[in-house]
Amino acid sequence: MKIGVPKELYAGERRVALTPDTIEHFRKLGFTLAIESAAGTAAGFPDEKYVTANIEVMSSAGALWQSCDIIMKVRPPTMDEIRLMHVGQMLISFIWPAQNKEIMESLAARKVTVLAMDSVPRISRAQKCDALSSMSNVSGYRAVVEAAGYFGRFFTGQITAAGKIPPCKVLVIGAGVAGLAAIGAARGMGAIVRAFDARKEVKEQVQSLGAEFIEVENKEEGTGVGGYAKTMSNEFIEAEMTLFRKQAQEVDIIITTALVPGKPAPKLILADMVEKLRDGSVIVDLASEQGGNCELTEPGKVIVRYGVTIIGYTDFPSRLAPQSSSLYATNLRHLLTELTPLKDGVIKLDMTDEVIRGVTVIKDGSVTWPPPAPKLTLAPPVKPAVNSEHVAKIHGKAASADKGSWVKLALATLIAAAALTGIGYAAPSAFLMHLTVFVLAIFVGYMVIWNVTPALHTPLMSVTNAISSIIIIGALIQVSTSVQLVWILAAIAITITFINITGGFSVTWRMLKMFRK
Amino acid sequence: MAYVEDVPQIGGAISSQIMGIVTCAYLGATILFILALGGLSHPEKARRGNVFGLMGMTVAVLATVLTGISNNYWVLAVGIGVGGTIGLLLALRVQMTQMPELIAILHSLVGGAATLIGFANYLDPDTLNYYTGASLQIHDIETCVGIFIGMVTCSGSVIAFGKLSARISGKPLTLPGRHIFNLFLFVISIWAGIVFVSTHNPATNHMSISLVSGIFPPVQGMPSGFVALCIMTVGAFLFGIHLVMAIGGADMPVVISMLNSYSGWAAAATGFMLNNDLLIVTGALVGSSGAILSYIMCRAMNRNFLAVIAGGFGTGGGSRPSAADQPHSDVVTVNPDDVAELLTRASDIMIIPGYGMAVSHAQHAVAAITKTLREKGKIVRFGIHPVAGRMPGHMNVLLAEANVPYDIVFEMDEINDDFPMVDVSLVIGANDIVNPAALNDPNSPIAGMPVLKCWESKVAVVMKRSMATGYAGVDNPLFYMENTRMFFGDAQKSLEEVYRLLTA
Repeated sequence: MKIGVPKELYAGERRVALTPDTIEHFRKLGFTLAIESAAGTAAGFPDEKYVTANIEVMSSAGALWQSCDIIMKVRPPTMDEIRLMHVGQMLISFIWPAQNKEIMESLAARKVTVLAMDSVPRISRAQKCDALSSMSNVSGYRAVVEAAGYFGRFFTGQITAAGKIPPCKVLVIGAGVAGLAAIGAARGMGAIVRAFDARKEVKEQVQSLGAEFIEVENKEEGTGVGGYAKTMSNEFIEAEMTLFRKQAQEVDIIITTALVPGKPAPKLILADMVEKLRDGSVIVDLASEQGGNCELTEPGKVIVRYGVTIIGYTDFPSRLAPQSSSLYATNLRHLLTELTPLKDGVIKLDMTDEVIRGVTVIKDGSVTWPPPAPKLTLAPPVKPAVNSEHVAKIHGKAASADKGSWVKLALATLIAAAALTGIGYAAPSAFLMHLTVFVLAIFVGYMVIWNVTPALHTPLMSVTNAISSIIIIGALIQVSTSVQLVWILAAIAITITFINITGGFSVTWRMLKMFRK
Repeated sequence: MAYVEDVPQIGGAISSQIMGIVTCAYLGATILFILALGGLSHPEKARRGNVFGLMGMTVAVLATVLTGISNNYWVLAVGIGVGGTIGLLLALRVQMTQMPELIAILHSLVGGAATLIGFANYLDPDTLNYYTGASLQIHDIETCVGIFIGMVTCSGSVIAFGKLSARISGKPLTLPGRHIFNLFLFVISIWAGIVFVSTHNPATNHMSISLVSGIFPPVQGMPSGFVALCIMTVGAFLFGIHLVMAIGGADMPVVISMLNSYSGWAAAATGFMLNNDLLIVTGALVGSSGAILSYIMCRAMNRNFLAVIAGGFGTGGGSRPSAADQPHSDVVTVNPDDVAELLTRASDIMIIPGYGMAVSHAQHAVAAITKTLREKGKIVRFGIHPVAGRMPGHMNVLLAEANVPYDIVFEMDEINDDFPMVDVSLVIGANDIVNPAALNDPNSPIAGMPVLKCWESKVAVVMKRSMATGYAGVDNPLFYMENTRMFFGDAQKSLEEVYRLLTA
């Protein structure tokens, strides 16, 4: 089958659906390819590159649409383009079926098959095809770069010889892919980043990127179907507004990325909050195409209100066209790999496959959108690896201070053997029994004590001190005697050992009680 | 195991069945003590371990009292009541920063008790009735050893207490010829001990009379050998004092562990004297525990145990500390504002507490800052050097008191390789344990001592009162490093200010 990639017609669109370095992969899947002349120029891929990659470069769009079985695009097709389609043809591009009813109807009327890159289900297996994530990632990064362009100071704070520079504070609203990319980029430039999201489950992801996760005092959980945010209750929105108003007085840059699928973007930054921002602050509204999260956003424009620059571009991915084209082309390649299991260049539309079912919005002229609800929700967020997780070292090392000198060891063994022989020869058996017990007890102590965690060395000392008061047994026996001097000495001994017993155990208890996680 | 069956004082008054019960009770107590020490392997199990220890003590005492082996009930009641109350009050009133002093003074009590019991045993006329010949000789040696170790522990611990509570200067006392003096005291004690053993034994008495009768006249109403025993005790007393006086403040962790060990050996020696295996086992457990702690402390300072005990450390290079007293011009100083700023921007923070934190009672401010930083999602860890503070585990106890969770408090070996990833290390009142000279400068007095490599982190903030040197009296090149910021002032006040700025 032949894949054709036309030049994007949408004004200002720089991306292209096919990059030269992905061509070889498509070819391995069994496809032949064609591209319209100058389709990749704006993304930094002139026609020569495609010629070098040995694919057909067609100067006529009409001929391309006519001759290809599969059309790969970025933006949804225009009505003119739809008119070029023929029965049985396949179109792969962004469609936004919810917003673009008219396009859907026209496409269905042409009896074509349409795969919408915006409808890839959010399951782990489909991540490699998820063009929305790829584009969001680019948008998030670009949002920070745009903001930095309009913001008049450093992002990173410094304490220099010339004085102290306060760090820039960035608030990211919505910690989806775009939000997380923005956090990462802003952190990378040295800013202090705070992030808000109605979904509590993203907290760890936010924190793993080094941003502070700010929350409202409200228990409502904002996770909707498929891991997207849902529309929240009025009370929650109230609380949100209060939080944003407070934040507006502190932060320098606000990047909003809040989108609810199939609905206009929620208005989160109202005019009064913009007014509260310091002069020179920047708002980047990534939801601008869906109406914007900021009340004052004008889609597609950069405006200044109350001394605050509000960036409402709708084409962030296009502003980084080489990068987003390459990501998008790779997403397409992965999708086509799914569609051609035999690698024979023939598309097999297996509607039982969850990914393919989700992405197919029109099949042979019949609308199959929306797909049935996904069976799975997002996998629980992966815990970021925290490097404080350390395995406690076992202090099993014995006193092998001087391994090398076997001579010393042998000498010590000899001396010990001689001493033991001498004692055994001279001492009475009762003493030897006690000596046995004594030596064995030392070894038990040695084994037990090495296992004591160093954190508890002080309690160890206080408890061993308390335990050594067992010497009181001697005094207890002696106090029964009738000799006055003896029992007086024993009574003093009992008194002071009892200071030790109660003092030692209770102070150990006091200390151990304090050790907690 | 032979626990009590051949104790002379008990005589035939107690039936053998009762003795069997007591022996088993002592066996149970021994096991409970071992469990108590074993429990300390983890903070979760440690509390249960402490209860085991208390149970073991209760079982042993009750078995001795209830079976009538100890039957002087009034004296018992008074002794237990008075001693118990004092102990409880001490334990409940002591501040966590004073823990080293408390432990030291408690050690002295064990030593004192061992001495008293040794003397009581010597004075008991039954002893001479029970032992004869070689067994009396061994018994007397045991008595001597018990009293000697007990007395050294007692007087040494009192001095350690004085030094730790700053009643005595922490500086090592270096008398001229102090090693000779120590040796002299030791030899005198041994000699007096030999004289005692030979005088006390009627079988060998004639020999000693000819040797020493002129010097050690018998005392009216006392068994023979009394003067010799007293001389030995005084020798031990002076030996203990002088031993600890010569040791500097930084070596206190070793001294405390050593005295801990001695108190155990004293109990073991008393056990030999009384033919009581419970005392022998317990003493051996405690003795080896203290010995291991001493070994760990010495290793942490890369010092030889004998060198530490010989004392005098910290006085070398006397001219250098005075030269470094004034704040150096080429250190970079910061104020609380800057420190709060640095901490806010860092994501991985390592706090290294030292004795200075204990001195200024800054642990609560440290804990508050830690909590705030953790709430902001930062990784905060504590790196503890084994000899930080004045006692093994000193810092851990202080941090635990201030409610720092123990799972973010790490030993040096666990985190020392992580410093390159750390954004800010905050050194609070520590000096020698973060001195790079120990690794870089072979001529440094602390060369070879393992130290926390905080200079490998991106920024090291060092809190100190002044530029004075640590106990080792060694200048610290860390202070002059490019990524080091000196934060002068009282640790508690400064940290409270940082906390205020962090939460503002």
